[in-house]
Amino acid sequence: MKQIKLILYIFGFTIIFLNSLKAENSEMVEKISKNLRCLICQGQSVYDSQSDFALSMKILIYKKIDEGKNETEIYEFLKNKYGDWIVYDPEINKNTILLWVIPLILFIFGGILIMKKVSIR
Amino acid sequence: MINQIGNYSLYISLIASFYLIFQSSILIRNNFKYLDSKIFSVLSIQLLMVLISFFSLIFGFVNSDFSNETVYNNSHSTKPLFYKISGSWGNHEGSLLLWLLVLVIFLFIFLINSKKLSTKYRLLTVMFQEIIIIGFLFFILFTSNPFSSIFPIPKEGMGLNPILQDPALAIHPPILYFGYVGTSIIFSSSLSALVCGSINKIWAEHIKNWIIISWVLLSIGIMLGSIWAYYELGWGGFWFWDPVENVSLMPWFCLTALLHSVIVLEKRNLFHSWIIILSITTFLLSMSGTFLVRSGILNSIHTFANDPSRGVFILCFLFFLILLALFIFFIFHKKNSTSSSNFYLLSRETSILVNNWFMMFFLSVVLIGTIYPIFLEVINGSKISIGPPFYQKLIGLFLIPFLLFMAIGPNLKWIKSNFNKINLNQLVILIISLLISYLLVRFYGSTFVLAIPLFALGFFLFILTIKDFFFKDSKLSKKISHFGFSLFILSILFNGVFSKEFSSNMKVGDERVFMNKIIKFENIKIIEKSNYKSLLAEFIIIDNQDIINLKPEVRIYNQPKTLTSEADIASTIYSDNFLVFNVIKDDGYYNVRYQYKPLMMWIWFSIILISTGGILGYLKK
Amino acid sequence: MIKNLKFIIFIILSFFIFFIFLKGLDKPNNYLPEKTLNKIETSLVFKSLNNQEEILLEELINNSNFSIINIWASWCVPCREEHAYLLRLKNLNKINIIGVNYKDKRSNALKFLSDLKNPYSKVLIDKDGTKSIELGAIGIPETYLVNKNKVILKKYIGPLDNLKFREIIELIKNETN
Repeated sequence: MKQIKLILYIFGFTIIFLNSLKAENSEMVEKISKNLRCLICQGQSVYDSQSDFALSMKILIYKKIDEGKNETEIYEFLKNKYGDWIVYDPEINKNTILLWVIPLILFIFGGILIMKKVSIR
Repeated sequence: MINQIGNYSLYISLIASFYLIFQSSILIRNNFKYLDSKIFSVLSIQLLMVLISFFSLIFGFVNSDFSNETVYNNSHSTKPLFYKISGSWGNHEGSLLLWLLVLVIFLFIFLINSKKLSTKYRLLTVMFQEIIIIGFLFFILFTSNPFSSIFPIPKEGMGLNPILQDPALAIHPPILYFGYVGTSIIFSSSLSALVCGSINKIWAEHIKNWIIISWVLLSIGIMLGSIWAYYELGWGGFWFWDPVENVSLMPWFCLTALLHSVIVLEKRNLFHSWIIILSITTFLLSMSGTFLVRSGILNSIHTFANDPSRGVFILCFLFFLILLALFIFFIFHKKNSTSSSNFYLLSRETSILVNNWFMMFFLSVVLIGTIYPIFLEVINGSKISIGPPFYQKLIGLFLIPFLLFMAIGPNLKWIKSNFNKINLNQLVILIISLLISYLLVRFYGSTFVLAIPLFALGFFLFILTIKDFFFKDSKLSKKISHFGFSLFILSILFNGVFSKEFSSNMKVGDERVFMNKIIKFENIKIIEKSNYKSLLAEFIIIDNQDIINLKPEVRIYNQPKTLTSEADIASTIYSDNFLVFNVIKDDGYYNVRYQYKPLMMWIWFSIILISTGGILGYLKK
Repeated sequence: MIKNLKFIIFIILSFFIFFIFLKGLDKPNNYLPEKTLNKIETSLVFKSLNNQEEILLEELINNSNFSIINIWASWCVPCREEHAYLLRLKNLNKINIIGVNYKDKRSNALKFLSDLKNPYSKVLIDKDGTKSIELGAIGIPETYLVNKNKVILKKYIGPLDNLKFREIIELIKNETN
């Protein structure tokens, strides 16, 4: 009796665990596919698109997550196949460093201009 | 016949432009004290000609005159009348004609409303504005003529895209264009004031009205575009940081900065050069926007179908204007002795300067994000995408200090405020806001890193702007707009952070549980309509005692063969329930997307509030 | 002096931006990546259409000097249009033409091939479309011309036509020499 109960408990927990993993995985698929450009649509993310490409992509992402790949690895994998521009979030590399840095430089520059005009009393 | 009339009216307008420039320059050189009536009459003729031209085009659309190439490409005899009319400005050539019309109308209104200002200033403004008008006339007449004929005359038109037949989409362009083109007057009159050396309080009062009009119309125009995207496009979003959207946002940042700076000019006679720079930049951004969107250089879901040769023309015209503005600025700009005086850290002037500082930062983020891919591709050959995550990260981060400054800045005194103005009250409210936002985020849960500080400062601004209503010491227009802005930030935050969505393949009879609600797919009906087949799905959402009925639709059009998904949205003041479905290959199954979107209506309402403040400011002369 | 310097800087900056945009107009505006991959992903294992046996793509490529990988489906209209060219290629050059059947029903695919004739030496199944993505495809029809060393000589997005057909022949001729 006790053994049956134990088995049932383990069984139950496994199901709950797997379900929560599945939910986590789906959230991850959602997060990644929102960051990917649907290559055959004009201006839609893979998450939003219902095209064949987008649907297959979502399945592929799910498979990769199941294989244990993390977010960065999946992006790398896709960038190798399709180029940097399939990913919406421009990561910081030698190509994009100016992209992130110029607004910050301009901000600091603006701050300096203001400091010159303002006297602290 | 109508085509010829439309075409020749434009040529007459062109002649009028040359005359106006020529005559104005003579009058200026001879130091005339009064505005020659000839200027006024010729401008009136020009306005009449452009109106005739514009209405000829509308006439062509209404009568389905397919001998006109623009009408053929963009209309269809079975289109409802309303959409035939709005179709006339919904295409590249027609929209340029609209630009031209507004350029002339605004110049006309300017001339009527500027009688109290110097003749030289008025004439110079006419000159500069006419230079812009000539540019557009050349562009229209020689590259994008809406009156070109085709022969043989086709029996039917090509333009029946159902997505474009929507009321919000019909009025979104005109309102947006009035906003954009309003910046042309600001540009022309700023250059003119610079040359005349008359950048002063009187000019500030006068130009402020134009700034408010442009700003209000641009705000409403952008809002209408977002509303259309949300209700019509079926993805549940309203802003995608798409290049065309960004291009409308950039002049808005400039106009906001300009609006605040011109108040300083009015009250304290400061910021002379900076205001001119802002005015020039605002208009140039509008023009660059026109270039980016119509030249084919950028990818977007919105771009007009275009060819690069038109792009070359606009690019050259744009840079001609930039060079003109640079020359005039550097020749006529004087270092005013008053404008180089310093002001105190704790003063309203400084807080407006801080507002401008942040506006320019947000502008640079959007500008660089939009054009960086072009630069990278030309220099390096690599193609990258810059999408929502980039903008959200940078703007989100810097919104935090911005909200803080916006909460305490506007109530500082002119010239100098005492330090104890930053009093204990405000500190207490800040701590309360932090607490509320901490509890909120912990209770509802969010992984967004900036959620707590953004909410905290959003609430802080919200409470302080409400508090302002109980004190009589500043303008009502400012209180309403600032409060509207705080509401806007909060609703965007709630909507962005706490929205939940659910996507699944369902067949009729299926039920899903989501967020303690039951989503049930009751039924699907097929209804034959006059020009499409409608798949009408019936869903119920059961949430404890509440039952919400939603009926999203998929429309299958035949001409042209398109499939559109029409979401059904149940809106309350608390949230929107958004449901859309799509046909998938699996027979009997449909992909269903449900979104729970808190405070959605407040986003639109807050923008209307902000604009109302502006209108109030305009009316209180 | 400083004023002049600022002025000159702005003018130079303006011209720089002008020229970049001018060049930018020339760049093709399409979304389609022409060639990001150099080598095709051959470690993929497919089930075959005929008898469900598992096949490693690498083995198929290794066996001939040139291979064409063509992604198609029975429900895809342009695939019908390009089918004739695939048949011509098979007859003309005895190149190894490998088909990848994308998101299709087996019966429909077999019917398609019996109706329109079969140019493929082997047909591989991609039931959910993920393998095509691993190959780097974005839609159908899509065709890859690869050599024995897995190098992609040319990738065609969209149906084959006379021009592309001739190009394939040219490329093979050039590579052999």
